[in-house]
Amino acid sequence: MSSSGKPDIPAPLTNLKIQYTKIFINNEWHSSVSGKKFPVFNPATEEMICHVEEGDKEDVDKAVKAARQAFQIGSPWRTMDASERGRLLFKLADLIERDRLLLATMEAMDSGKIFSNAYLMDVTVCVKALQYYAGWADKIQGRTIPADGNVFTYTRHEPIGVCGQIIPWNFPLVMLIGKIAPALSCGNTVVLKPAEETPLTALHVASLIKEVGKIIKEAAGKSNLKRVTLELGGKSPCIVFADADLDSAVEFAHQGVFFHQGQCCIAASRLFVEESIYDEFVRRSVERAKKYVFGNPLAAGVNQGPQVNKQQRDKILDLIESGKKEGAKLECGGGPWGNKGYFIQPTVFSNVTDDMRIAKEEIFGPVQQIMKFKSLDDVIKRANNTHYGLAAGIFTKDLDKAITVSSALQAGTVWVNCYLVASPQCSFGGFKMSGNGREMGEYGLHEYTEVKTVTVKISQKNS
Amino acid sequence: MLRAAATLGPSLGRRLLSAAATQAVPAPNQQPEIFYNKIFIDNEWHDAVSKKTFPTVNPATGEVICQVAEGDKALETLDNGKPYVISYLVDLDMVLKCLRYYAGWADKYHGKTIPIDGDFFSYTRHEPVGVCGQIIPWNFPLLMQAWKLGPALATGNVVVMKVAEQTPLTALYVANLIKEAGFPPGVVNIVPGFGPTAGAAVASHEDVDKVAFTGSTEIGRLIQVAAGSSNLKRVTLELGGKSPNIIMSDADMDWAVEQAHFALFFNQGQCCCAGSRTFVQEDVYNEFVERSVARAKSRVVGNPFDSKTEQGPQVDETQFKKILGYINSGKQEGAKLLCGGGPAADRGYYIQPTVFGDVQDGMTIAKEEIFGPVMQILKFKTIEEVVGRANNSSYGLAAAVFTKDLDKANYLSQALQAGTVWVNCYDVFGAQSPFGGYKMSGSGRELGEYGLQAYTEVKTVTVKIPQKNS
Repeated sequence: MSSSGKPDIPAPLTNLKIQYTKIFINNEWHSSVSGKKFPVFNPATEEMICHVEEGDKEDVDKAVKAARQAFQIGSPWRTMDASERGRLLFKLADLIERDRLLLATMEAMDSGKIFSNAYLMDVTVCVKALQYYAGWADKIQGRTIPADGNVFTYTRHEPIGVCGQIIPWNFPLVMLIGKIAPALSCGNTVVLKPAEETPLTALHVASLIKEVGKIIKEAAGKSNLKRVTLELGGKSPCIVFADADLDSAVEFAHQGVFFHQGQCCIAASRLFVEESIYDEFVRRSVERAKKYVFGNPLAAGVNQGPQVNKQQRDKILDLIESGKKEGAKLECGGGPWGNKGYFIQPTVFSNVTDDMRIAKEEIFGPVQQIMKFKSLDDVIKRANNTHYGLAAGIFTKDLDKAITVSSALQAGTVWVNCYLVASPQCSFGGFKMSGNGREMGEYGLHEYTEVKTVTVKISQKNS
Repeated sequence: MLRAAATLGPSLGRRLLSAAATQAVPAPNQQPEIFYNKIFIDNEWHDAVSKKTFPTVNPATGEVICQVAEGDKALETLDNGKPYVISYLVDLDMVLKCLRYYAGWADKYHGKTIPIDGDFFSYTRHEPVGVCGQIIPWNFPLLMQAWKLGPALATGNVVVMKVAEQTPLTALYVANLIKEAGFPPGVVNIVPGFGPTAGAAVASHEDVDKVAFTGSTEIGRLIQVAAGSSNLKRVTLELGGKSPNIIMSDADMDWAVEQAHFALFFNQGQCCCAGSRTFVQEDVYNEFVERSVARAKSRVVGNPFDSKTEQGPQVDETQFKKILGYINSGKQEGAKLLCGGGPAADRGYYIQPTVFGDVQDGMTIAKEEIFGPVMQILKFKTIEEVVGRANNSSYGLAAAVFTKDLDKANYLSQALQAGTVWVNCYDVFGAQSPFGGYKMSGSGRELGEYGLQAYTEVKTVTVKIPQKNS
């Protein structure tokens, strides 16, 4: 997001006290079984914020036991009206809205996210997703089925049970809510492990869950990966045709790869531009990439924050070096910024070819790859030539191209003449190795539902 | 709702009393100020074009509450006469739940993309129908308003609502809340007025896209005719009923007696789905009748603001006289009057809880909708017989079965021609489950996801594409 034209927002909280640093089980705070704690850092200053209890297998066992107990037939959670589950989720949305300033400040400090984005976007997405799934709770309907024979057959859409949820550090709050909202809406119980890089906002939300009611059981700890849904990486293609609205395509493609310092699973990290507009597109993209103000993400006017930690920064720099070595043309950026904090300059490579590391591997940093293409059939093949398949973008004014290409691309979300447009009503997820299952929307309920068919013998069927 | 009421079972009265006693229900303001008594259009208050007003009457005393512009909290009880405690705990609770339920549907009513033959991309849009005329009755003023507004607004329509002349006050109060909530002007417009003038105007208006009516079957016919004679506007109707309540001999007797009592007497008998034909299997008939009469005699009739009251007055003089007329026909046609049978007080429209036994299918009280506190108990022998007799009605709104037997429950719920069949319960409503009539009890369904259909126009879009790929 550009720093101008944003609505007035309050200043971030100064001297924010971190109140919640323990493991949350059964609406109570626990120290780790082992007594161990781990430090949490501010990536803009490299300073430690606080220590958080470090959960291990024993803590997970406690959490799972609590979640299993809360899921027993006859429990308050199982006997609660579905509409009441919805009311609780709605109430949680209200509390998150109430604590918007605190959560945005904490999120920016912990993850390096620009404060105004956290305040305006991340928290808003959380509130809307909770409200959306609150509405679904009493609308999860099974069916009655005209089965052959003298039977009365129907399905129940039951909750699955204890859902283990493991979330990343790039959108800590959004990922948290995106996981618990559909799970709870369907009536499940949850054991959630937030990322060790960014545990703080998850723990604050846990305190809000306690405030909402004594009923929802949620817990945080470390665990092994279980089965079910995966939302993984991507190397998402953006395809810009010569007839596209050039300004708009440049801006969307830019945001698509640079948003949140490039730390998005859906980053538009392979930009295919039609030959005849290629040079102009590169020129405008480079100009756009130079409009960044570095600094502490809490400071006004800053629009690029640090990468989340040293490990990420080093990985990104390594891939940038590979780009230079393998013959891509470095148009701008290409290295770190500043003496403190994990900052990387926005970097643009042109004349990138499909076999380069920067064209194949997920960078997860502020690095844009611009490639040239000639024919429609060819670019579709190249766009699909990856193990990934999370998202894609198409820029064209032509009706036929829009429909043909969107049908052909192997991606869970295809954006036409836009990018990064997401809302709780729309499902999201990966083809191929970008994951399986869908989150958000109505489809997002499927993963949290176990379908039971009940068939009752009757004396005579009547239609 | 009535979950609140129905799960209380035999102790309905007692639970409500204790709720009032422990101050779960705040004391009513028996003389509320009437702020809103005009016509609500474009988020503003207007006098009638004709400048005419009409009186709205307190049915507990027969006195005029105030004048209301005639366009073509304590407020609901004052206007309708229903017991305040019930208004507070049941009506309002259901209103809130209905609105919250439909709020949740607003962004979830999906169209489809469709694998059509040929090189085409085909999908449906679920669009709002447009201007929806909604005509609502006086028996559950706030609740009927919520049932209508919820699905209409969730799907993006705009509304012209004509509220019942007997009970306009709470709907007009809600109009002000609609403005406060932030709905743009013109989205909801509310016109208090009379059926033959304002109601008819809505039904026959050339620029109204759809009409939804809840009321008597007699008027429902007129609405459908008017719609057809004008612009063929879409029509949904929630009309009357003569709903059968079937008590099998293996039913839990205590529970069945209390539920059957509740099924008929709730809301002063003024429910479209009242269980007004209680069929009792012969083995248990005598005991059931005896217990039902005792229960009816113990029903507390009185001032609706008194927390001990179970039954308030009927809504107006017209209804009062009509019900007394039916009671007379029952006596004349040979039904056995077991209790009640006349007015319950000198002032106000109160009627004694009345029970007729040995009712025969051909009697007027067994065929016509009474809409008052008059219970008909009929005897039957076999399950096959009672299905035939229960279905032998031009109505088909609701039905109930009391039995412990799995097969009987399944058999009857399949066979009964009714939009809702309750098994071992009665008057259980949820915003989630659809409600509506077979046959002359109406057309279309309200509540649930099904309730969205009437307020949606489906548009299919089919786009030619160069090549289909699945």
